[in-house]
Amino acid sequence: MDLNNLVAEATKEWKELIKGDTPAVFVGNATCGRSAGSMDVIEAFQQEIEKQHIECNVVEVGCIGLCYLEPLVMVYKPGAPLVCYRNIGTKEATALVDSHLIKDTINQERLIGVISDTPQAALPELKDIPVMKPQVRLVLQNCGHIDPNNLNHYIANKGYSGVAKMLTLQPEDVIERIKESGLRGRGGAGFPTWRKWQFCRDAKGTSKYLICNADEGDPGAFMNRSLLEGDPHSLLEGMIIAAYAIGASTGYIYCRAEYPLALVRLRLAIQQAEEQKLLGDDILGSGFNFHIKIKEGAGAFVCGEETALIASIEGSRGMPRPRPPFPAIAGLWGKPTIINNVETLASVARIMQNDPAWFSQYGTEMSKGTKTFALVGKVQNTGLIEVPLGISLKEIIFDIGGGVPNNKKFKAVQTGGPSGGCIPAHLLDIAMDYDSLAQAGTIMGSGGLVVMDEDTCMVDVARYFLDFAQKESCGECAPCRLGTKQMLDILEDITSGKGTIEDIELLESMGDGIKKGSLCGLGQTAPNPVLTTLRYFRNEYEDHIINKKCTAKVCRDLKYYDILPDKCTGCHICFKACPTNAISGTAKQLHQIDQSLCIKCGMCLDKCPVKFNAIECYAGNKI
Amino acid sequence: MCECLETIFKKFKGKEEELIPLLQSVQEEAGFLSESAMRDIAKFLRIPQSKVHGVATFYAQFRFKPKGRKHIMLCRGTACHVKGAPRILEEIENHLEIKEGETSADLEHSIESVACIGACSLAPCITVNNKVHADLTPQKIEALFNKRMN
Ligand SMILES: Cc1cc2nc3c(=O)[nH]c(=O)nc-3n(C[C@H](O)[C@H](O)[C@H](O)COP(=O)(O)O)c2cc1C
Ligand code: FES
Repeated sequence: MDLNNLVAEATKEWKELIKGDTPAVFVGNATCGRSAGSMDVIEAFQQEIEKQHIECNVVEVGCIGLCYLEPLVMVYKPGAPLVCYRNIGTKEATALVDSHLIKDTINQERLIGVISDTPQAALPELKDIPVMKPQVRLVLQNCGHIDPNNLNHYIANKGYSGVAKMLTLQPEDVIERIKESGLRGRGGAGFPTWRKWQFCRDAKGTSKYLICNADEGDPGAFMNRSLLEGDPHSLLEGMIIAAYAIGASTGYIYCRAEYPLALVRLRLAIQQAEEQKLLGDDILGSGFNFHIKIKEGAGAFVCGEETALIASIEGSRGMPRPRPPFPAIAGLWGKPTIINNVETLASVARIMQNDPAWFSQYGTEMSKGTKTFALVGKVQNTGLIEVPLGISLKEIIFDIGGGVPNNKKFKAVQTGGPSGGCIPAHLLDIAMDYDSLAQAGTIMGSGGLVVMDEDTCMVDVARYFLDFAQKESCGECAPCRLGTKQMLDILEDITSGKGTIEDIELLESMGDGIKKGSLCGLGQTAPNPVLTTLRYFRNEYEDHIINKKCTAKVCRDLKYYDILPDKCTGCHICFKACPTNAISGTAKQLHQIDQSLCIKCGMCLDKCPVKFNAIECYAGNKI
Repeated sequence: MCECLETIFKKFKGKEEELIPLLQSVQEEAGFLSESAMRDIAKFLRIPQSKVHGVATFYAQFRFKPKGRKHIMLCRGTACHVKGAPRILEEIENHLEIKEGETSADLEHSIESVACIGACSLAPCITVNNKVHADLTPQKIEALFNKRMN
């Protein structure tokens, strides 16, 4: 079957669903939705629809990125705009069937916005609400709107038209288009995608490989997961185009095992694409062959590094090797290999479905297009966003993110995971592009943005990342293996009040040495979180070392708990909760904490009833 | 060699590159990698046992002791960390009276940590037998475990 027939059939099915005579509910059912209970919501809809004897499609979709409002539901009634609701549990779902599907009344309290062809004054458009307004969703255009298990939904939304266009072009012309678009790698380093492809295209040899890096190892980042769960065919389409450009006939998706749902959806997508001859031998009758295999990662951060990833696919320990030779010349099984990130490849699909200028109209001179970010931590509106590159950090955190919750003060944002750094409040106007971030001492990375407030201790954050890097170091080269351990020991001393002022300098010189001396990207970037916090938050280090105080009240040895005499009613709850019997006092009498027995677990503070609020945590140590 | 291993081996070609998927399949079936299973895998792929051991111990996913019937994975990712994951771990450890990395003597519970579950927007979170529990507080942990974690 050729693509035109598929498109006609798919468009019919899609139009039926979103513009037809049957009502429909769309439930966000990615990992984030599921953790908020979307599976039960789907069941509740189905049961109530059956009970009420009405006709209505219940469709499972990915995540539109408003994770803080999960479970998310969209309702379609013929002739009316699509209505998007937030926080729909099973009770609300049952009620919606009656109120919206039968009685046509919109639940104003749970309304987020509507999607309509002709905007109406009465109802806010989803794209105009503050979280959505600054966003430009190119890569994520389908996420949360189509059923990821339905190939037709993808095809009806321009899906695989990029492959059809590709088949009319020579591989060199495909590379040229990607060059025109200005696309740079979204996996971390931001290397121009076309140049990498060109190296591989020019490399000698007939068998070449394409690998998609879906290892997403940065803790605190889930952009790739969302895309894989919400729109897996985008990745497949991007891979087919990349393979054609570089001349590969086999591709691998290296996906982390911690993403079980993404793996299920990918496997199904591959099977569907193969059945329709969009993937496999003789793609769309063109004679071009390309096969995709899935490799599950096994839980090693370093396997996100290109050469380690290759070793892992070959069945070995994921140890990096020195470069050159670069994988584009000698990679998997010694053959020329290109490794691209999920988002890079999905962008390739969009560029080919549209055109290079369409993509490059967004972004800055050196950083074209859009970028997805996982906005998490101490921020009101957590979720997945996509913005034009070059947008200011302030816009992301305050306009889209809604600022820091509970009236706390914004302190910093961490970008780039364990390889990146912290950007302090006074640099909030920084433009989010590859070069500005590098200047500030951090990196774009894959797109994790972890927001921190006054309750976050920056020394603890540095210690946390170093602990991560040290545990994940593969142990091959000494600077990384021993250096990160040494730095971690020093940071542990500082956070437990045993640090000396000389430690600061030592950390700086060690960090510098590890960056210069390590074999792979893991070691070369592991000191970054320490170095940037030292650059912007040196006062916090000094506070820990000189005043033995953790102002954020995070570091256990540099804070203490106490009972407020005027508030304690002697309810005895903290007495029972204390695991070390450090609290004394009889019922109805003032209680006291014996600081020498206290292990500062905070159990008493958690358990003290809110109406009393009789326990306080202080920075420093009680004298 | 036990029968279950033989059925698993039938699905593989016996090439060295299949080592990791093979270890994953065996662990999926048996819950952990036993000494004898790894010996059989080495024989099947015709590679030294040291290579099997080397690979299995390199990756965090593989375990060499059985896991509990309720297997808890705690996220130690950045988002979870700044939102109080260390305190959540402590609460779970106190409740179950086992530490991270351990399995209770009655094989009922086990606790492990993972780098990131990918539900960072709903941090802090854990999974219990692959089901995600998000937006946790010490109080919610108590409720979760008092319900006997179903
Ligand atoms: C320690 C380490 C971990 C990495 N983890 C990832 C990852 O999880 N996902 C990813 O796409 N790239 C990761 N990278 C970057 C990749 O090595 C590689 O640069 C990238 O996948 C290239 O794709 P791109 O050109 O499309 O960005 C990591 C690099 C290092 C050094
Ligand atoms: S940081 Fe915990 S799920 Fe990502």
